[in-house]
Amino acid sequence: MNADQTKPKPRVAFFDFTSCEGCQLTVVDSLQYHPELLDVIDIVEFREASSDRSDDYQIAFIEGSCSRASDEPRLRKIRETADIVVALGACAHLGGINAIRNRQNLQDVREYVYDGRAHWYETYEPRAISEVISVDAVVPGCPISGAEFVRVVKGLLLGRLLEPPDYPLCIECKLKENICVFDRGEICLGPITRAGCDAICPAYGAGCEGCRGIIPNPSMDAFYTVLREHGLSPANVETRLTLFLTNQVPANLAEEVAHV
Amino acid sequence: MSNLRIDIHHITRVEGHGNVVVDVQNGELQQCDLQIIETPRFFEAMLRGRPYQEASHITSRICGICAVGHATASLRATEKALGIEPTAQTKLLRRLNFIGEMLDSHVLHAYMLIAPDFLNVGSVIPLAKTAPDVVLRALRLKKLAGDTCKIICGRHTHPIAMTVGGFSHYPTAADLYALRDRYVAAGADVAATVELFQTLPMPQFSRDTEYIALYNPPHYGFIDGEIASTDGGAWLVEQYRDVTNEIMVPHSTAKHTAHQRESYMVGALARFNVNYNLLHPLALQAANALGIQPICTNPFMNTVAQVVEIVHCVEEGILLIDELLRREIAWEEPVEPTRLSGEGVGSCEVPRGILFHNYVIENGVIVGANCIIPTGQNLANIEADMRALVPTIMHKPQAEVAHALEMLVRAYDPCISCSTHLLNVAFV
Repeated sequence: MNADQTKPKPRVAFFDFTSCEGCQLTVVDSLQYHPELLDVIDIVEFREASSDRSDDYQIAFIEGSCSRASDEPRLRKIRETADIVVALGACAHLGGINAIRNRQNLQDVREYVYDGRAHWYETYEPRAISEVISVDAVVPGCPISGAEFVRVVKGLLLGRLLEPPDYPLCIECKLKENICVFDRGEICLGPITRAGCDAICPAYGAGCEGCRGIIPNPSMDAFYTVLREHGLSPANVETRLTLFLTNQVPANLAEEVAHV
Repeated sequence: MSNLRIDIHHITRVEGHGNVVVDVQNGELQQCDLQIIETPRFFEAMLRGRPYQEASHITSRICGICAVGHATASLRATEKALGIEPTAQTKLLRRLNFIGEMLDSHVLHAYMLIAPDFLNVGSVIPLAKTAPDVVLRALRLKKLAGDTCKIICGRHTHPIAMTVGGFSHYPTAADLYALRDRYVAAGADVAATVELFQTLPMPQFSRDTEYIALYNPPHYGFIDGEIASTDGGAWLVEQYRDVTNEIMVPHSTAKHTAHQRESYMVGALARFNVNYNLLHPLALQAANALGIQPICTNPFMNTVAQVVEIVHCVEEGILLIDELLRREIAWEEPVEPTRLSGEGVGSCEVPRGILFHNYVIENGVIVGANCIIPTGQNLANIEADMRALVPTIMHKPQAEVAHALEMLVRAYDPCISCSTHLLNVAFV
């Protein structure tokens, strides 16, 4: 397909905050398998892979959490410049793995790693990008699914903001005919987590860790029933719910689940 | 030129965030810093209070490029702490998985982050139009690498099926046969890679320093072994603190390290210098063709050492697959802990150098953690190289000096997201 040469290609920029950059690497891999995308978008900034820089772009993909005050002006500038801001991956979408430490005292965290020199290094509680600026779309997951990223880009080119699935992972997992992780005696957040990853963790023998976020209106009672049927207590899910979802679940989770 | 001020904000085509600041006044070098401005990430603190089963899943998130390496070092630390000896099959699968990560990372670095500097482009993207054969070759090798990790642990970033004591999923014999065919077929791409890098003129610069890498004969060491130095000496991985001697500097969220000199180097060049005699024959031939021999003291040659390792890894991949096929993959449940409390140190050679994870576990819960990352160990050495390089080029135009420094930092293949920790955590 020849792109319409008369229409300027959308200018796309990638930015990273507190993260492992694995989602951008997944983007690089996706572009390798879908080089046709490079014919219809113009990547004007992607520091990890390119020396080109630009302050003129329509679509901004942001990887990583915001974890210090000095990140906020940079985020606001991206928001002012871009027409569309997309949170890329669990750190940007939820706070993700970075937010694990939000259950601990911030000063204690700083001193544990940096000793008496903690004040040299600026930080605060890691948060999702949407807690700092408005976000138009998300590509969830840790890491993102390359296929889903490509779908979102193609949707944007058609003027659509794609929503990730709002049904639970169990649906995808059943379609894949995986052995249920609960039947293997392990915890799985599949019943309350957004589908869209093709149930990759259960397919490889690990329980879902909730990295894509909790579905709207999850049926927690049904979830706890499943746990009880398998001889597990809601308390067993507390550590699982605080891997990627620390900023999404109530701080008093332990008390809550104890009363289920 | 007697005055020079260079301030490179956010070096490009590296993993993570760093600045280079150089200040020359009246011909005197006043300042020469590689500033690590990544946000501190506090993984050691995050591990406290977590069940030991989660550690490899949490710490793989330190880095998207070396996720398998972090997971493996994490599992080894946990296994040593809890008295677990993995089976022979688990060790073979982990080694093959490592080959996948090493290839992926080295191909990414050599082709996509380094080669553009020599081909005068800002990124690999324009090369897709001007040199499609080069780009497609890199993509084929990267796909082979990614698929290696995929059949063993689900994905390269972040591994799923690797668990304490073993695996939760196994490749089939059919997976391995198909993979073996692709490793054999990759020989042509590997040879072409060596040819390409024979034509790229690496900058001429050298500075003698100490090189540190794992040594684990008869294998070119990637997992476990002893810490070895080109200055002589060997240390158990449990003695890692005697080697790394972390120090904090205000311009870096990553701690610096020094061993027997003011600094030391880790990574492909250090491994090459320490493990040269353990390279497979084709890799030795490639080293010869590329004009690199131990002890090579030109940091720009780190990329060439990576190319030698690409050759080695493809050979090693075939040997490991053959061994796995000969033994036949058996479904094994992960080996159970013999105790739930203890301390352990795991060490691996990830693409960028030697990595340490050190955990203290009590009743199945992590109570103390320390991770020392290759790039953190290289920072002092990069700055020492910069201080040696700047006086030799300070008469050149500022843009050229800046580009040379950026290329130097890039040659180390820094992984800055990883390196933002530091410190000697005192376990009480």
